[in-house]
Amino acid sequence: MNAEQILFILFGGVSLIGAIAVISFRHPIYSALSLIVTFFAQAGLFLLLGAHFVAAVQVIVYAGAIMVLFLFVIMLLNLGTLSAKGAMSGKLKGFAIVLGILLAVEGVYIATNVLNNTAIASAQPATETPTTTTYDIGELLFSKYLLPFEVTSLILLAALIGVIVLVKRGSEAEN
Amino acid sequence: MELQYYLILSALLFTTGVIGVLIRRNAIIIFMCIELMLNAANLAFVAISRSLGEATGQVFVFFVMTVAAAEVAIGLAIIVSVFKHRQTINVDEVNSLKG
Repeated sequence: MNAEQILFILFGGVSLIGAIAVISFRHPIYSALSLIVTFFAQAGLFLLLGAHFVAAVQVIVYAGAIMVLFLFVIMLLNLGTLSAKGAMSGKLKGFAIVLGILLAVEGVYIATNVLNNTAIASAQPATETPTTTTYDIGELLFSKYLLPFEVTSLILLAALIGVIVLVKRGSEAEN
Repeated sequence: MELQYYLILSALLFTTGVIGVLIRRNAIIIFMCIELMLNAANLAFVAISRSLGEATGQVFVFFVMTVAAAEVAIGLAIIVSVFKHRQTINVDEVNSLKG
């Protein structure tokens, strides 16, 4: 067992345990903190895959910006006491978990068996570690994918205006 | 490390997110599970990008991240205004569009 396999098992295990912790903790704060652990473990996986820039962005954008937003809202609304009541009935929960396990089996089957016959599986690179640098990503982003890139800026603008409208209308109604 | 293991891990993470959306009734935790699913998709993108030896998959990860950021900003704003209005974020209790 080489170092890469050990690191994969470590990061993969941590991210999976973190993900299960997200859905099993009662209090939203604990869920948010577990989600941060998951994001960091996934950044480690991205590093293992040679995607250094994506790993950095994962930590900065996901573990930094998005999770701060989540924690801010949880603390703003003070949700500790509210989350306990109104849980789902046990029968429905069991049904959901059984269906979820079915989906997991399906996904694992696709990942192991079906993909073997496609172009993705046959295109194994000759070099062992084809690291894609920030230069490669930037070049693609500003040439081939320039239009999608500009459209994403429109999405962000729409989100910005949408949030301002939502919050402003709420405060006007109060007054 | 082979591509398959990363795809299996991605499938398991995605499933965890789906189960979370199904069994939890707290709107914020449902949002976190959606983030989990988007991240699982990102992992598959990067793994396949590595397997093919090109950077296109990583470019798509950025688009996914942008959409996730926009979605979280708007979603949390909606949650805050719903909470102001009804004092709850349990999705079973928030069941009418008006009032």
